[in-house]
Amino acid sequence: MLRYYLRLAFNSLRRTPGLTALMVCAIALGIAACIVTLTVYHAMSGNPIWWKNNVLYAVTMDSWDPGTPYDSKHPTLPPPQLTYKDAIYLASSNIPKRKVIMTQLTGMLNGAPGQAVPLRVMTRATTRDFFAMFDVPFEYGGGWRGSDRDALPEIVLSKQVNAELFGGADSVGRSISWNGNRFRVVGVLRKWQPLPRFYDVVNSAFPPPEGTDQVFVPFAWMTALQALPTGNMTCHGSGGVDNYQQFLGSECLWIEMWAELPTAAGRERFRAFMDAYWAAQRKTGRFQRPLNNRLTDVGQWLQDNGVVTSDSRILLRVAFAFLAVCLINTVGILLTKFLRAAPIIGVRRALGANRRHIFMQHIVEVAVVSVAGGLLGLAVGAAGLAGVRAIHAQDNTYAMLAHFDPLGVAWALALAAASTLAAGLYPAWSVGRLPPAGYLKSR
Amino acid sequence: MLKMQDVSKVYRTDLIETHALRNFSLEVKSGQFVAVSGPSGSGKTTFLNVAGLLETFDTGIYELNGQDVARLSDDARSRMRNEKIGFIFQSFNLIPDLDIYDNVDVPLRYRRMKAAERNRRITKALELVGLASRMKHMPSQLSGGQQQRVAIARAIAGDPALILADEPTGNLDSLMARQVVDLLEQINEMGTTIVLVTHDPELARRAQRNVHVVDGVVIDSAPYERRIPTEEAHGGVSRSAG
Repeated sequence: MLRYYLRLAFNSLRRTPGLTALMVCAIALGIAACIVTLTVYHAMSGNPIWWKNNVLYAVTMDSWDPGTPYDSKHPTLPPPQLTYKDAIYLASSNIPKRKVIMTQLTGMLNGAPGQAVPLRVMTRATTRDFFAMFDVPFEYGGGWRGSDRDALPEIVLSKQVNAELFGGADSVGRSISWNGNRFRVVGVLRKWQPLPRFYDVVNSAFPPPEGTDQVFVPFAWMTALQALPTGNMTCHGSGGVDNYQQFLGSECLWIEMWAELPTAAGRERFRAFMDAYWAAQRKTGRFQRPLNNRLTDVGQWLQDNGVVTSDSRILLRVAFAFLAVCLINTVGILLTKFLRAAPIIGVRRALGANRRHIFMQHIVEVAVVSVAGGLLGLAVGAAGLAGVRAIHAQDNTYAMLAHFDPLGVAWALALAAASTLAAGLYPAWSVGRLPPAGYLKSR
Repeated sequence: MLKMQDVSKVYRTDLIETHALRNFSLEVKSGQFVAVSGPSGSGKTTFLNVAGLLETFDTGIYELNGQDVARLSDDARSRMRNEKIGFIFQSFNLIPDLDIYDNVDVPLRYRRMKAAERNRRITKALELVGLASRMKHMPSQLSGGQQQRVAIARAIAGDPALILADEPTGNLDSLMARQVVDLLEQINEMGTTIVLVTHDPELARRAQRNVHVVDGVVIDSAPYERRIPTEEAHGGVSRSAG
């Protein structure tokens, strides 16, 4: 019967081309609006390392000013960064399977073959677990081999920097100067740019090209070279900082810390470790705010740090409201169209069609409209995303976000089918309840 | 075949009640050709709708083919309409965007017949009404008489025991009307029971029985020639008006 219903659906839609076009366009516009906003929203709120969501935890403690919360808008949240002394102590624990402390700073690269002018690069100073913990893919080589304490002067290059300095060739083993010191290249990354940049949302979850990590150096070398971070840093308390040692001992927050804690027991042990440290420090006069040590998984971390802006949430709601309006219009058109065909339905009922037959016939027609609307919506949505990319042509991040992935296509089709079928249920059901006798004479 | 006993049907709105059928009693035996006539608003069409299971009734007993239909579900009523009853309407009621073949196919589709069996029945029915060569024509390409013959083919394709016809010649000129009546007689001779509502005395005369309905009540149920001239007494309707 399905083929029969399909044939009837096409006949019916051909009979009223204007109404059909109106319905398909209404659905397509609603779907397209949702596709564009959903794609951007999905990209912005997506967890780029979802497979480790219950494994990776941002480590935070509230060492901030006793008088005021770190973020007055979210007073219950601890600061997203740690002081140097807290980070070093917490990183000394062997409880986590892996742990990393890191910060962002700029550096100058020099000494590559044929390099005429120094290259300014965004540098991530990090401990060695960074690469294994975040599943960073390597084109050549790997992370550094030295321990965090006795770090060797080793450097990892991004694919883009390697292409710029070494023409994309395997540069592992080559020597290069970073901030005037010789470093040995031990690894070159493949293209790797998780968005949002979950591991450092403080400095930017969606960094512009010039803000992405271009080289990686051991954290210990940053402090050994007395380099200062250039990323986000917030300090409280009185007293100036006259030298690098004072800076390291200050209450300035500038380090992000992550721990890999795959088991609940491990998490509890590490939390106890943090609490014990907090209690000991509190006795010395630090940590005067209430206990607020946190291990936050990636999904929650992105939410806590407002990676999904309220603008995009509002836009999403508006898009769905628009879709609802389009669907309500479609329901109206469907009802009009189906009721206009009531005499024919009366004939079918007289000839033996039961209510289920009539319902199925009409729901198949709705399905045909929904597929057509979905496909057109897909095309309009793709055009809309192209428009978003064109408007933000200067902003590489938006260009990457506003990209139609297979998941987006699946979403769009599922959304079109589900919403239109839901919208068509009532008209299809109600037309099957019409009393047939009343329409037979009227024809 | 069809037995109604004291059947009543009342249409209600907020303000008024209309008694369309009052203690309506009628028995039509298998193979009979019965004409139902009466003035406008007398309840002829309501009778036909109730008989065809298109409408329910309020009180009384209605047995179709020996089965009490009062408590049948919508599904069962639909199945019974599909298998036991064929309908012919005054305005033909062909589906305009289906060709002749597909129009005759409609009741067979709901019976879930195999394609070959459907094809055999459709061809046979269209041959009987003389329109086998017009299978692929659309209804709009046929004359009124031809459209009504297609409707007859559609009614008989499912081999029903009963055909209910509502003013089948009402929209036709006399020549075409005669063709239709000839066809109905032919179908009746093949054993199918026919109940038709008509205003046409010519058509009524050709039926074996003529049931006269006034104000929802059967007042006469004799062959046309033996009808007593009571119309005037029951609403002033002349015999020719049916």
